[in-house]
Amino acid sequence: MDKILSASDVYDRMMSCPHYSGAVAIVLRFEVYYRMQFLSYLINGISLGSVYALIALGYTMVYGIAKMLNFAHGDVIMIGSYVVFFTFGSFGWNPAVAIILSMIVCTVLGVLVERVAYRPLREAPSLAVLITAIGVSYLLQQVAQLLWTSNPKSFPSVVANSSIFKPLQLFNGQLTISAETIVTILACIVIMVALLYFINHTPAGHAMQAVSEDRGAAQLMGVNVNATISLTFAIGSALAAVAGALLCSSYPTLQPTTGAMPGIKAFVAAVFGGIGSIPGAFLGGVLLGVIENLSKAYISTQLSDAIVFLVLIVVLLVKPTGLLGKKVNVKV
Amino acid sequence: MALLEVSNLGIAFGGLQAVAQLDLKIEKGHLYGLIGPNGAGKTTVFNMLTGVYTPTEGNIVLDGKDITGKSPDLISKAGVARTFQNIRLFNDMSVLDNVKVALHNQIRYSMWTGILRLPAYREKEHEMDREALRLLKIFDLDKEASLKASQLPYGKQRKLEIARALATNPKLLLLDEPAAGMNPNETAELMNTVRSVRDQFGIAILLIEHDMNFVMGICEEITVLDYGRVIAHGDGKSIRNNPKVIAAYLGGD
Amino acid sequence: MFRLKNMRKSTKSNLVTFGIVIGFYIVIQILSALGLLTSSLSGQLVPICSYVILAVSLNLTVGILGELSLGHAGFMSVGAFSGTIVWTTLYGQVPNWLGLLLSFVVGGVVAGLFGFIVGVPVLRLSGDYLAIVTLAFGEIIKNVMNACYLGYDSTGLHLSFKDAASMNMDPTGTMIINGAMGITGIKKASTFTIGIVLVILTLLVILNLINSRAGRAIESIRDNEIAARSVGINITKYKLMAFITSAVFAGIAGVLYSLNYSSLVAKKFDYNTSILILVFVVLGGIGNIRGSVIAAALLTVLPELLRAVNDYRMLIYAIVLIVVMIFSQSPQVVAWRKRILDGIRSRMKPGPKAKEVQ
Repeated sequence: MDKILSASDVYDRMMSCPHYSGAVAIVLRFEVYYRMQFLSYLINGISLGSVYALIALGYTMVYGIAKMLNFAHGDVIMIGSYVVFFTFGSFGWNPAVAIILSMIVCTVLGVLVERVAYRPLREAPSLAVLITAIGVSYLLQQVAQLLWTSNPKSFPSVVANSSIFKPLQLFNGQLTISAETIVTILACIVIMVALLYFINHTPAGHAMQAVSEDRGAAQLMGVNVNATISLTFAIGSALAAVAGALLCSSYPTLQPTTGAMPGIKAFVAAVFGGIGSIPGAFLGGVLLGVIENLSKAYISTQLSDAIVFLVLIVVLLVKPTGLLGKKVNVKV
Repeated sequence: MALLEVSNLGIAFGGLQAVAQLDLKIEKGHLYGLIGPNGAGKTTVFNMLTGVYTPTEGNIVLDGKDITGKSPDLISKAGVARTFQNIRLFNDMSVLDNVKVALHNQIRYSMWTGILRLPAYREKEHEMDREALRLLKIFDLDKEASLKASQLPYGKQRKLEIARALATNPKLLLLDEPAAGMNPNETAELMNTVRSVRDQFGIAILLIEHDMNFVMGICEEITVLDYGRVIAHGDGKSIRNNPKVIAAYLGGD
Repeated sequence: MFRLKNMRKSTKSNLVTFGIVIGFYIVIQILSALGLLTSSLSGQLVPICSYVILAVSLNLTVGILGELSLGHAGFMSVGAFSGTIVWTTLYGQVPNWLGLLLSFVVGGVVAGLFGFIVGVPVLRLSGDYLAIVTLAFGEIIKNVMNACYLGYDSTGLHLSFKDAASMNMDPTGTMIINGAMGITGIKKASTFTIGIVLVILTLLVILNLINSRAGRAIESIRDNEIAARSVGINITKYKLMAFITSAVFAGIAGVLYSLNYSSLVAKKFDYNTSILILVFVVLGGIGNIRGSVIAAALLTVLPELLRAVNDYRMLIYAIVLIVVMIFSQSPQVVAWRKRILDGIRSRMKPGPKAKEVQ
């Protein structure tokens, strides 16, 4: 299809068509076009949702294991994105190397934050930890602003000139899937599978599950709780770095507040899917991305966030523990 | 007609039948014991009687009124009060306020009376203070009235829970392991207190307890549960000599 | 005897709180009369009152009811918009005092209504889930108000959530809410005196509520929901009571805030504002109403005081937040602090304990 047709365009073309069959052909093309458009919105939604899922994994693992809401998680994404921006964007490093460096930086940052700010408060009321996390979030944003100013930076796509990942043309070129979309979805699936394998089939993964079930009992069984929580933060932060690079490749404006909204939405996604559940984070993230993109396309750009949050509220009211969450009974 | 009549009561959690076919009759002013090995379903029975769990079958009738499956606050209003195995006090509130909360449905005034400090506010608050202190005095807690509940030693916390339960003006009081964690002296003292509460308030008391001396010492009738079913019922002597009960406690068949 | 002491204690404590507020008012009036008030500080006076009301009202939900709400700015927003609409529509048609009174009443009532609508379903949830739902509510309000176009002409009211053109309004009509631009041309009406009066009203209602039968019921839910039900508390009723009261005052604070400026935009009432109010509550002490008053006032002027180090002020704010939390809440740090203090005390004057050891 050469250009976007509005309904009135279609009508005009039909009216100017000398033959009946020509008019029908235009209507059919019109319908195919809208079907393709829907597919493209859907795929972009899955891609955005994959980014949410990657961030949500960090939220959900930390919540499951350390029982805290790490509000600063979104800002770790932002820091990671700046690392990629400078190494890959400004110095022209290999994107893979840039992302690995970003993962290392974020891992160190995440572990450091946990050690300095969260660990002293592990036995404190959950509200205290929440406020501290908010403080860390402000801190990271302010440090970023002082170092790199609040001027938005134009983020270069990490897969733009890639020789491996090319945009995919489908249906005789009627549907184009960008390389960013493909890489994002693939990365999310690979990470998800690897993470599930890690959790279910390695000793460190088992330790994580044990700490998540009952920290005290795990400690008595010889699990090093501090190390396990550090590892959780490390993994979550590394995933945040990947998410940051992918997010900014698709939505190329980078500034100190870049991580905040995706952070909140990923948090919503984690709750949506059932906080503490890894498949839940994946499902919640993808659904959230799809709902957001489709409502942007078909209902209202301005109200898409409102719709996302409304769906969350409805889901929680129907199923208070999220889609795949476990019910916890209080013993009386 | 008995004060409490429970017939064919049962509850299943998923596939697990925690309590089944429970019949219980409780007369006004009597002391009853509910005993059984760990996991027999005793606390589950309390949770059904107080509306924390909704039974999957059977009926609970209190004083002629069906209270099966009613919410805990309505059951409290109907006249059933309880204490908890793992103490549940209002920890950040004062000892006095713990009891005053429980007077909620006994001495009432509206939200607006409170906000606008209408004359009724002073009057009713004084009434509540007097009543709460009277109850605290029975348990020798009146000197600690202004402490936070969490500052009380363990034994006094158990007593405060009983005082709080009594403030709801119950017809039936359920005590879940009142003597747990007490030394023999404290237990003996508690036995006297429980008896005198029954005499003073004229209410029926049903208690769960592992301390057999305690149960045998004060309960007039005892029901024994095992695996969620009643295996014996009777006075202390007959229970002590019942082979089924002995088997249940010793783990034989 | 304990009863009397108790009553006196809570009443005395409340009187101190009122004393602080009135003292603050008098000091500011004197400074103002002497011309010692900087313009940046005097511009902060109404916002201070507004944030104090917000913090006190949020403390009712967080500290007294014990439920975390991250959507307080949402109630502030609906209050601000509804109250400001009343004010601008009635302006010049009724005496100003009446218009103002009505706008505060409407702002409070509408916010309370939203508190009810949100509260009925969400108060079944608790803990972190309630927090996330209130956050979602705040964001919904922000997004909806941001996309809201409202105006009137000779044919009546026109509303659209798309753009101004799709309102189908007569060009001569009057625009009330213009989407993301919000409400403009508001006649400023809020003054420091009105602010202080509202602060005192809020304190009166909330402190009296806390020290009453209903307040104890609310506190008991916080301390132990299962036990509260077992003594006959209808927890839905009292949760709603706390939640709605909290929303009403957030709405009133919203009107106060909005009528201090010439324009009102929905973006102001976002998640960050909710968090800011929560920070006041936590730093002032959860459940401590006087603490909320002081923390809200100090932290509202703190960034102003830090103007000298303008670039670093939010950084300092963030660090203060983290350090204060660790210092006041970490069990190890608290124990360590206590040991040091006890050490100092026993060295200063050997008490009976120290003697025993010797």
